[in-house]
Amino acid sequence: MRPWIEKQRNILDFTLSSLARRKGKNIALICVYTVLVVLLASVMFFTHALRKEAVLVLRDSPAMIVQRMVAGRHDLIPAGYADSIRTVKGVSAVRGRLWGYYFDPVVGANYTLMVPEVFEHPAGSVVIGAGVSRSRSAMTGDILPLRGYDGQLSYFTVAGILASDSELVSSDLMLLSEQDFRKLFNLPGGVYTDIVLDVRNSREIATVAGKIVRLLPDTRPISRNEVLRTYDSIFDWRSGIVVVILFAVALAFVIFAWDKASGLSAEEKKEIGVLKAIGWETSDVLWLKFWEGTVISLTSFLAGILLAYVHVFLTPAALFEPVLKGWSVLYPEFRLLPEVSAYQVATLFFLTVVPYTVATIIPSWRAATIDPDAVMRA
Amino acid sequence: MIELEGIRKVFNEGKSYALTAVDGVSLTLEARKVTVLRGPSGSGKTTLLSLIGCMARPTAGRIHLEGREITSLPERFLTGIRRSTFGFIFQQFNLVKGVSALENVMLPAYPLGGDHGRLVMRAHKLLDLFGIGPRAHSRAEWLSGGEAQRTAIARALINDPAVIIADEPTAHLDSKLSGEFMEMILRLRDQQKTVIIASHDPLVYESGMVDRVVSMRDGRIEGAGT
Repeated sequence: MRPWIEKQRNILDFTLSSLARRKGKNIALICVYTVLVVLLASVMFFTHALRKEAVLVLRDSPAMIVQRMVAGRHDLIPAGYADSIRTVKGVSAVRGRLWGYYFDPVVGANYTLMVPEVFEHPAGSVVIGAGVSRSRSAMTGDILPLRGYDGQLSYFTVAGILASDSELVSSDLMLLSEQDFRKLFNLPGGVYTDIVLDVRNSREIATVAGKIVRLLPDTRPISRNEVLRTYDSIFDWRSGIVVVILFAVALAFVIFAWDKASGLSAEEKKEIGVLKAIGWETSDVLWLKFWEGTVISLTSFLAGILLAYVHVFLTPAALFEPVLKGWSVLYPEFRLLPEVSAYQVATLFFLTVVPYTVATIIPSWRAATIDPDAVMRA
Repeated sequence: MIELEGIRKVFNEGKSYALTAVDGVSLTLEARKVTVLRGPSGSGKTTLLSLIGCMARPTAGRIHLEGREITSLPERFLTGIRRSTFGFIFQQFNLVKGVSALENVMLPAYPLGGDHGRLVMRAHKLLDLFGIGPRAHSRAEWLSGGEAQRTAIARALINDPAVIIADEPTAHLDSKLSGEFMEMILRLRDQQKTVIIASHDPLVYESGMVDRVVSMRDGRIEGAGT
């Protein structure tokens, strides 16, 4: 075992000095490789962390939302529906919710207006998300005018700003009292935007949904899992777009790697010939090429992962933010919780290191099988 | 002792541009002697040298090394023999550029996997022996012609081979350096090494240090030696 380790150590030593000799070429290769890993790793870390965040946010949300549908579209739901739903066995905490959107022409952004279960501030107050606060330069105590259904301005006092750790969902949020909400949108009493409820036995969710539809055929129950699946598919779709674009980059890289490995210069070929002539076996040259590939790919892989980590979790992920985050013009400003799993690292390894190895294995084999007497005949 | 028996080497056999480089050579090379293969370019001496040194296989014929038939051995075994029995000095010396003289000397020993510290010491000792110890850490391309030549000889000796094979070693050297090279060959002979040189340089084959000269032409041997 020891001679084998010493042999590998010797070959690795020579690999490092070989790489140092062709500094420019190898640094260029490592740079391109690292950029590819950074891009791929950033997308993976980013979407994974976002999805995780969404799961955390939705963990405390109600088990089911019931919407009323009119002509296939979501409509206001009468309060009486809540009473009917309460008769279904297994449901609890049934209550009507009021929420809607408000387009602010001043900043060209949509806000989400919502009446919380408990609003502790007096009428005429709003609690706003950090994104709204930034876009309107509104701080606690400031007056915020909102235009009502009739075009008249209503003035609200900013009673507070939502904590930034929940900015993913609260960036564009505005919380206000039920009375103000109904007045602003001219909403009659006795109707809600939707109804939320909990189901005591989570395995009964589908059964409860079926019962609600039978009882109130013009409603659509949406379970928490369905919302999660929608989030998932949105993030998967968004990350899919980026990955497709990156695929082109990856392909270019594989071509580059192939070219680098197969385009052995006359000097490199001569060198391999010399090594074989002085007693290196084909397998020794293959080890040399293996170590060369390992040093390049591992350096790039580790550097890429580290840079992607910094990019996603320590800086605002400037490259992907507009594509992957946010669904309005108010991009949330928040730091994602660092979350990197062994599965992600393994996937990245297979997406980056394996293609490089595969792209270089045949050219390396060709180089290693140069006849030892080639150097004598040259 | 190395015995060649009806050795024939054809390149691109079966093709219209096939070339017979060595044609029916039978020869016995004595151990611990200096033998020169002499002949013009294309006479087949370099090819014969590469066949003796287990770098290539003959198309026909057999080679015996110390009584052991080696031509039919698989590549791995041939490489092993090449590594342990032969030390090579090439035309232009073929040092690997960009790495130090010391590392160049150590290269043939790398696949053996011996103790690295001892290998470094052995390489230093050889470089000191040839008077280029102070240049051990200079890169190969920074060495003068004479220094490169000595480094190449040190590299050929790192695995302590029984046979040294040199292909046109003085082709790119001036008379002074060629003379120095032959003196080093004499030292190798004194160390009981078998030396086989392919050369068409009179400074080599007319040197008094040579025990035997084998003349070649058109892939054949012209005489049994002088």
